[in-house]
Amino acid sequence: MSNTLANPPPSWGDPNLTDAEKRTLAAMCARMIPASDEFKVPGADDPLIQADIAKSLGRDATAVHDTLALLNRIAGGDFAALPVAKQEEACATLRAEGGMNLTLTTRIVLQCYYRDDRVMISLGMEPRPPFPKGHVLPQGDWSLLDPVRARGKIWRDA
Amino acid sequence: MAHPDPVDVLIIGSGASGGAVAWSLADTKMRILCLEQGDWQNPANYPSTGRDWEARQFADMATSPNRRQLWSDYPVNDDNSPIKVLNFNAVGGSTILYAAHYPRLHPSDFKVKSLDGVADDWPIDYHQLEPFFAENDRMTGVSGMAGDPAYPPQKTPPMEPIPMGRSGRMLGEAMNRLGWHWWPSDCAVTTREYEGRAPCINLGHCIAGCAQGAKASTDITYWPAAIRAGVELRTRCRVREITIDNATGMANGVVYYDKDGQEVFQAAHVVIMAANGVGTPRLLLNSVSGKFPNGLANSSGMVGRNLMFHPYASIWGYFNEETDGNRGPPLSLWSHEFYETDKSRGFVRGYSWQFGRGVGAILEAQQSMALGRLPWGADHHATYRKLYNHRMNIAAICEDLPELHNRVTLDPVMKDAHGIPAPKIDYTLSENSHRMLDHAIARATELMKEAGAWDVGVEKPILNGGWHLLGTARMGDDPDRSVVNGWGRAHDVKNLFIVDGSVFTTSGGVNPTSTIQAIALYIADQMKQRLATLFD
Repeated sequence: MSNTLANPPPSWGDPNLTDAEKRTLAAMCARMIPASDEFKVPGADDPLIQADIAKSLGRDATAVHDTLALLNRIAGGDFAALPVAKQEEACATLRAEGGMNLTLTTRIVLQCYYRDDRVMISLGMEPRPPFPKGHVLPQGDWSLLDPVRARGKIWRDA
Repeated sequence: MAHPDPVDVLIIGSGASGGAVAWSLADTKMRILCLEQGDWQNPANYPSTGRDWEARQFADMATSPNRRQLWSDYPVNDDNSPIKVLNFNAVGGSTILYAAHYPRLHPSDFKVKSLDGVADDWPIDYHQLEPFFAENDRMTGVSGMAGDPAYPPQKTPPMEPIPMGRSGRMLGEAMNRLGWHWWPSDCAVTTREYEGRAPCINLGHCIAGCAQGAKASTDITYWPAAIRAGVELRTRCRVREITIDNATGMANGVVYYDKDGQEVFQAAHVVIMAANGVGTPRLLLNSVSGKFPNGLANSSGMVGRNLMFHPYASIWGYFNEETDGNRGPPLSLWSHEFYETDKSRGFVRGYSWQFGRGVGAILEAQQSMALGRLPWGADHHATYRKLYNHRMNIAAICEDLPELHNRVTLDPVMKDAHGIPAPKIDYTLSENSHRMLDHAIARATELMKEAGAWDVGVEKPILNGGWHLLGTARMGDDPDRSVVNGWGRAHDVKNLFIVDGSVFTTSGGVNPTSTIQAIALYIADQMKQRLATLFD
């Protein structure tokens, strides 16, 4: 099962981005999470991550469309065509004015970025689902509870 | 279409309480049918089997039905509430989508009027429920540790506790320095092979269904046993109303929509509601007749009133030391240090804490960016690495006292896919709850700093925190002030029973699933003892 549907209901919005919206999204993502040589990670504008985002709009498609439209309005036209310094100014305004739609858009960007193999490996994670391997946890030393035991009953008689 | 051939017992809902009551009644050899609006879940499809496991908690496995919008869901108008309603509709109900934190109510919770002069005493008490708590622990498969000084000594979980982990040690050491109570939580998670279920392997995403089968949900605990014993479970059947024989005033069946959308009448001698504290009052209020113009079993006007959620506060801290993050069941320890009333704190009753190990990579990024902790731009990566796997969290679960104005009614406009009026929630936080939340936040912040946190965040109340739906068909001896009696039978309708969280007279300050199921088993036992005189 996936978090998206092959035929989402119309109330979720158009599940597809136009080419112009894709350019705007990629440029915004580059400002949000740039690539880093230091941490050996791609930026959120990486083509693989962008492709994942584009197919993951799901219940928030309308919010993404509206956010990208707002960003272009803030930019006075084509956000992607602006120089970097102007893009950063526009993003600052977007973050002040974007509201819940921006929160939902950002959520999709982050959920696709932080499940990318290269990013997970950089963070020390194995790029895999939790099941079936699971994880190992230290059992711990329950003698740490001795002071709690020594204090005695704290429940109230009724 | 009609099934005029009546069943002996018809149960509405297959979740925490529906599974328990069905299993318990099965040994009567009566013909028992359960109608469930959702369907069976396939654990192979649970989120932890896929790379999109975190994303799905905002999609098809979201806790809010309004967000999920699955065919099995009904909408809830909770605009007029600072706490949103959460549930899951499937075989197993909301036990599919819960953290499996499994405390019991305390003895004092059943006597709040006598002890503290607020709300009402329950007509039953902890000691009456004790054998049913124990039976439920065995059926569910509970891990934990005997000897918790916050409870009477008889409580003995059948399995050893889930691992303490790094996060547990850090919190435990800090709690010891403060001299505060803490203990490994009772968890409905297996820590060894148990009744055909595999032990927990620390998938870390218990809430949205356990692919390992270690987390107890009633689809893998009570229901297999109930079905083997002869109970029939009909899925994708949404009940519209309970019908009444106007001559006798007794329930005589239900009308439901089957998986094909066909309207069906099913006759029944006994009807049991197990549809949770929102679904049950919704259905009772939708069951209007000449004899019950204000909704079934509602001569008191209490159906839908006294809704209790448990206001939650979330407090989380960031540490230099690495924590468990999402590696392991998220909830492993509790504290009941501030559970019992101490009026010097400025409020009555109390709260518990449940300690969280941390969160996953995506949730950390999303929450931190939304709160301005995680920046855009060049500093993003370095900042994120200080946050990810460096968080622990505390959830404070506050006792929510019953108030008449907190209620479930029927929305005049909103309907589900079958045209059945949806529930509408009106709810406000009391001054007592505000004070309790503030106290919990202050003490938890103190704890986080004691444990070494360099930054602390707070959410009050948790917006998407309406996991616990209680009190809307309350139990009591007075028919003018309650909906069911002390053994779950409606005062107004002698063959209608309610076994879910609706019957809670007060909420306590802990997760209610264990107590809901113990009450369901208790009511089933009472019914069995009274079979010859059940309708007297």
